[in-house]
Amino acid sequence: MRHGKYPLIITFLLPPLLLYGIFVLSPYAQAFQISTTDWLGYSPDAKFLGLDNFTALWRDEYAWNAIKNNAILLLLLPVLTIGLGLFFSTMLTMGGRRGRAGVVGVRGSAFYQLVYFFPQVLSVVIIAYIWREMYHPNSGLLNGALAGLGLPTPAWLGDPRFAFWCVLAAMVWSNVGFYVVLFGAAMQSIPKDIYEAVMLDGASRWTTLFKVTIPLLWDTVQVAWIYLAIAALDGFILVQLMTDGGPNYSSDVIGLRMYNTAFGSETKFGYASAIGVVMFFLTLSVSVLALRAAKRDRIEYS
Amino acid sequence: MNRRDILRRTAVAGALATPVAGLLTGCALGGGDDSDGGDNRAEKTAENPLGVKADAPLEVVIFNGGFGEEYAKAHEAMYAEKYPKAKITHSATQEINKTLQPRFVDGTPPDVINNSGAGQIDFNGLVSQGTLADLGELLDAPSLDDPSKKVRDTLLPGTVEVGSYNGKFLALNYTYTAYGIWYSTKLFTEKGWQYPKTWDEHIALCKQIKAAGIAPWTYAGKHPRYMSWPLLSTAIKFGGISVATAIDNLEPNAWKSDAMKAAADAWHQIVKDGYILAGSPGLDHKQSQTEWSQGKAALISCGSWLESEQKSVTPDGFNMSIAPTPSLGSSDKLPFEAIRGTAGEPFIVPAKAKNLAGGLEYFRIMLSKKGAQDFTRKVSSLPVVAGATDGVELPFGLTTVSKALEASGSNGFNWVYNTFYRKLERNLVDAACGEFFSGRIGPAEFLELCQKGADSIASDNSITKYKRAV
Repeated sequence: MRHGKYPLIITFLLPPLLLYGIFVLSPYAQAFQISTTDWLGYSPDAKFLGLDNFTALWRDEYAWNAIKNNAILLLLLPVLTIGLGLFFSTMLTMGGRRGRAGVVGVRGSAFYQLVYFFPQVLSVVIIAYIWREMYHPNSGLLNGALAGLGLPTPAWLGDPRFAFWCVLAAMVWSNVGFYVVLFGAAMQSIPKDIYEAVMLDGASRWTTLFKVTIPLLWDTVQVAWIYLAIAALDGFILVQLMTDGGPNYSSDVIGLRMYNTAFGSETKFGYASAIGVVMFFLTLSVSVLALRAAKRDRIEYS
Repeated sequence: MNRRDILRRTAVAGALATPVAGLLTGCALGGGDDSDGGDNRAEKTAENPLGVKADAPLEVVIFNGGFGEEYAKAHEAMYAEKYPKAKITHSATQEINKTLQPRFVDGTPPDVINNSGAGQIDFNGLVSQGTLADLGELLDAPSLDDPSKKVRDTLLPGTVEVGSYNGKFLALNYTYTAYGIWYSTKLFTEKGWQYPKTWDEHIALCKQIKAAGIAPWTYAGKHPRYMSWPLLSTAIKFGGISVATAIDNLEPNAWKSDAMKAAADAWHQIVKDGYILAGSPGLDHKQSQTEWSQGKAALISCGSWLESEQKSVTPDGFNMSIAPTPSLGSSDKLPFEAIRGTAGEPFIVPAKAKNLAGGLEYFRIMLSKKGAQDFTRKVSSLPVVAGATDGVELPFGLTTVSKALEASGSNGFNWVYNTFYRKLERNLVDAACGEFFSGRIGPAEFLELCQKGADSIASDNSITKYKRAV
């Protein structure tokens, strides 16, 4: 075994590393380089600008508006998704208490699990189109129900007061199923005897949830938090397809700013790369902060 | 959903800008400057005025949108008939920009590009970087049908202007589009309504329509710029063509001219009086057009592609008609019949095309009577070739377009700020229209917002500026 080790390692490690270098690292490096130029994207000519793109970005009110929306997403998307995910998965794995000692989910939990997970198998594009029709002001499901109840029917995606929140709702909806399954799986691996002991001690459901389940799930929640924080800094696909940032930039996000700057109504690749670089650092800082802030001592069951 | 994906997306601008061939060392900006299509030509003769090399291959890339790609295949067959030795490569895509961007950087673009659709490459970007071949040579070449006539003289008015940037003809817009207000002839006949010629008649009609339980207007709330078209048309008919040139040339306060104020005030009335279908601000163009086709609204603003776009959902006998915007008053500089007509569906030949002459020759074939008639039959749309539709039976809506353009004649007008500065119409004026037609802001704030957008373009040094004379 021993003398064949290095050729083996090299054969299996080098090609993926090489591919990773070419297709992942080199575009990153190039984005940094391009962000310092005025490259317009259709000829090889570009002028070096230094940090001009970044100073322009600093004064770009549309970019700030987009970042503000991303910040709201960053605050709300993880809280809502994790909160709902925890609630649903708790109900599904331990919501029912038919037997005294058993820890079981509510009736039909296997079916619910499937239903919750359903958005996960759909492409994001399809989700965007489904929700666009849901929000259709005249024939959509939502306004149909509201009209049936005699309530006012707003033009959801066409109204700057609502458009952003409508997209947020769709975002939560499309994410929650994954975390229900994730938390559910983690809960199943918590030893049943812990619950039996807690139950014998007469703990209420809330105490069980907050004192036992969540601490034991902490690692998983932490991972979920980071994923969702990164998703909140993106949000591009749903926003582009549902509102395209409108009306009047009310639902704009920074990813869409970048796309529009490069491929939409302008072809400023240098400026778009500068936005990309800023997004890179924002995402990086958010993940590092989330990891730090969520650090706890790991609990091991044994 | 995977973290690496998401992180990677943050670098998407960089990643997409990289030609796949680029290795670690080669970078997106390192494309070659070595290829030049200029010398790949044969001698120019009377038979071959553009100097096409008979065996030079020709590559055509078509936008696969509402018109499909069949018409282009037919044009390619005509080219092949003339130059049997030339190998023709055809491809069609919805994403012109993403597909071709690396090839422009690389210096190996195709010979003919139909640069259209939502994934169109911004013309300001293309033109300011000198990537387009001057098509002037084509205009002065003899027409295929009649060698005594130049190609220039077979084109409908406005075709050359709309494809010109600072006097250079760089884009051949192949279809002729009219922009106006659409109504169902069937609905209007049934109800005994008359399309209004003046603004007062228009408002009176709206009142009547509303009383009949139908919304007078609807519009694409997600793309509210559709409503900037009738508004600008009203202003231009009221104040003359200089209203448009001032806007195109980014003159200070062009959006706040008296004519624009009068037009904005007039159009504000349909918002104020509730003549717009409830919920319209939340509809996209397809959704609003469908509401209109279903008879829930009576009037809609759109271009002449509306009929073919709505084909699948339009009831039988709907008989849609286009009409010009109503005149504001008797002091209007242009008559009621004046309608916005412009060439659309741009085709280009890149400056670095390998077979530049072949690209121009391909255009000459497209602009021949045979090429143009074939196009009309296949996609029911008007080409920019004068008289090309004679003897071709057109669908109802397109017939009204053709008649409206004829009635408008030399009073036809157009603006080009949207092709000079795509962002200004697509983003800035669009956002302002959204606020205005949903009633959140009034006429003065609306014009203020548009002006602010135009000023931001004017003061942006990274955007090349263009001027037009007429």
